[in-house]
Amino acid sequence: MKIAIASGKGGTGKTTVSLNLARSWGEPVRLLDCDVEEPNCHVFLPHAIEKSDVVTIPVPQVDEELCNACGECSRICAFNAIVALQTKPLVFPELCHGCGGCTKICPQQAITERGERIGVVEIGRKGDITLVQGRLDIGVPLVPPLIRAVKRHAAGAETVILDAPPGTSCPVIATIGDSDFVVLVTEPTPFGLHDLKLAVDLVRKLGLPFGVVINRSGMGDSRVEDFCRREQVPVLLEIPNDREIAVAYSQGRLMVDAFPEYQARFSDLKETICNLIEG
Amino acid sequence: MKIAVTSTGKALDSSIDPRFGRAAYFILFDQNSNTFEVIDNSPNLNAVQGAGIQAAEKVVKLGAKGLISGHCGPKAFRVLATAGIAVYNTEAGTVAEALEELQAGNLTQAASADVAGHW
Repeated sequence: MKIAIASGKGGTGKTTVSLNLARSWGEPVRLLDCDVEEPNCHVFLPHAIEKSDVVTIPVPQVDEELCNACGECSRICAFNAIVALQTKPLVFPELCHGCGGCTKICPQQAITERGERIGVVEIGRKGDITLVQGRLDIGVPLVPPLIRAVKRHAAGAETVILDAPPGTSCPVIATIGDSDFVVLVTEPTPFGLHDLKLAVDLVRKLGLPFGVVINRSGMGDSRVEDFCRREQVPVLLEIPNDREIAVAYSQGRLMVDAFPEYQARFSDLKETICNLIEG
Repeated sequence: MKIAVTSTGKALDSSIDPRFGRAAYFILFDQNSNTFEVIDNSPNLNAVQGAGIQAAEKVVKLGAKGLISGHCGPKAFRVLATAGIAVYNTEAGTVAEALEELQAGNLTQAASADVAGHW
């Protein structure tokens, strides 16, 4: 079972919900931090990381002895990452998506692939939680290939919780696209509502079952709840706008650890999600 | 010799487009015949990525030997330099003014890109 925790707006509490849900799950769970540009689940699971694997994508390298400057590689590349004029091809590795098209089409077999590093996947464990997180190298624009590398570690796990990046673009789709259920975390503010609507459009387009968690409930108005009622979106959980929760968070403590009464609420969240998936 | 000039419009008195890869048009001016043709750059203007590279490839294929633009980034410059095309940066207002500057020898060939990518 794969449960993705997403949101339109950043900073609504995806990581908070992911971690607290994982901690209260009651069985071993694999937590995948797919927010590879700024992974932060590890902050709440200190010293958990045990190993780090380098992730590369295949980029072309041209053997100029074999190349006859026919230009086929340039024609097939949808990303302008290889350009052949009447000269030997120029390669722009930073634009390459690693599809392998140029390597396959080259009639001279002058193109081979080498691995270009894009980041690392880090793995560790704390209690029942196995944490897998991606960490993209600074300056690398290719997010989805690293997310896919993180997700390969979902194999064999009974329960997978995916902490998605914010937004509604490629990295989010790469994270949530094949999940069984999506939890959209929002907050009762105009920004929260605006971006929630975008996220709802996205998960509907992807045809994924979903529900909403309202974080910092009570800080704004009722427009998020009104929207959910009107659109018949289930509200799975409301987390109150409580200073004590924020204080515990700032100390790197999970809500369910700092305030045991929240264990039951996150267990209920688990049950609600499981029922909706089966229902 | 043919010179490509980045332009916001289709005429010699059109304003220079300061961008290269995402320029609206290229005016391809033939110095031998004093004639020009207009090349629509909208496919590159709307490219997701690599607009400069693709535009440079186009300029090479058009047979231009020189390029005049407001600015030229590093990837485009690398393609143009490999193909032996001279790059000139200008602050001229119109395409015609830029061509006059070149004719009068007032433009210096750029030795490198004058801006970073995605400026």
